Amino acid sequence: MVAKRIIPCLDVRDGKTVKGVHFLDLREVGDAVDLGAKYAAEGADELVYLDISATLEGRKTFTRLVSSISERIDIPFTVGGGISSLADAARLLEAGADKVSINSAAIRTPGLIDEIAGHFGNQFVVVAIDARKIGGRWTATTHGGSRPTDRELFSWAHEAQERGAGEILFTSMDHDGTKRGYPVPTFAALCGSLTIPVIASGGAGSIGDIAEVLTEGKADAALAASIFHYGEIPIPTLKAALAARGIAIRQ
Amino acid sequence: MIAVVEYEAGNVRSVLNALRRCGIGDPVLTAREDLLKAADKVILPGVGDASVALESLRRAGLDRIILALERPVLGICVGMQILCERTEEGNAEGLGIFRTAVRRFRPSGDLKIPHMGWNTLSALQNPLFDGLEEGTYVYYVHSYYADICPDTIARTEHGIPFSAALCRGNFFGTQFHPEKSGPAGARILRNFLSL
Repeated sequence: MVAKRIIPCLDVRDGKTVKGVHFLDLREVGDAVDLGAKYAAEGADELVYLDISATLEGRKTFTRLVSSISERIDIPFTVGGGISSLADAARLLEAGADKVSINSAAIRTPGLIDEIAGHFGNQFVVVAIDARKIGGRWTATTHGGSRPTDRELFSWAHEAQERGAGEILFTSMDHDGTKRGYPVPTFAALCGSLTIPVIASGGAGSIGDIAEVLTEGKADAALAASIFHYGEIPIPTLKAALAARGIAIRQ
Repeated sequence: MIAVVEYEAGNVRSVLNALRRCGIGDPVLTAREDLLKAADKVILPGVGDASVALESLRRAGLDRIILALERPVLGICVGMQILCERTEEGNAEGLGIFRTAVRRFRPSGDLKIPHMGWNTLSALQNPLFDGLEEGTYVYYVHSYYADICPDTIARTEHGIPFSAALCRGNFFGTQFHPEKSGPAGARILRNFLSL
């Protein structure tokens, strides 16, 4: 049976890893390649690197960083942040990325999913959806959750799947950074209705939260940042605890 | 000299990087017949659509060159699938080394397609897996699979059992990505390089 995946997420600005609460108040936590290598050695199943640089120079630094990651890291890694064209995706593929994660660009130009999947395969395209519950409706947002769009989570996730996404990365912006757990029933409904894997993100504060989203929530993978970056839950501890609960985990 | 076959088949960077990490010096990325023939080992990577990969190989005349190779050849993922008899992906005729067909996973119940992530290796029966235990996890990402057949040297399961690896004569194939499978994958690559 395919194992549930544990995925540390590293936000990178100008080559350095940062992580913020609710995407604000960023704190620097270390060198991106070293930190990724450490997580890989500890048993991380994949890594996600998100470029949060605001400048062109930052973008160039990130592409060089992707090459360094590919040289050093021996597990799959996804890169995201500011990918808005086939050329961006091609540049990151060439640098050695295994997958790209697209978010607001896919909402602006849904055809980008078809285009990237058509050129590089479904496995290369992760569609990230940051959604919040607004008036009882799960609404996809952009700009770190601050701008609602006209897209609804479920219909958008299904459209992304039809267009060729290989995975969905769903973050509840209502839960992200709170460490109070995931919206488990929403995950269960989403994962149960899609045929592609779903990565759960945003809200994990304990081993129990992660176990819950991987079992009751039916998620295929759990992504987290601060609990790993600040050493609150070491990956080996997490994986041993999940395995002890009978969850299929690579150890 | 280790050669990696150069053709339109997606991401070869990670294969080259993994080979470098094995400490065997710089692998050569090439489509040249003389270099492929002279290589001690040849790796056939592959990502994306198998029928497109086959078309690209044939257009470059690489099918004939690969079939004539006498030293160990390792096809990875789509590189393995195109060495099979045929594939449902684009209904293409394969190179016919491994005596099995490649089919698409059929949706059923909670089965996710693509099969993506870490899954086990079992029924290991080849020096390619020296030093590895039954149940070792390796990384897979694919929507098509090769049936179990007499050439199967490791199996795994995703809804149904299928070939995790194949071997016939000097040809080897892995459905998983050893270059992305951490220390276990590195061991498999080193085992292949020391065949």
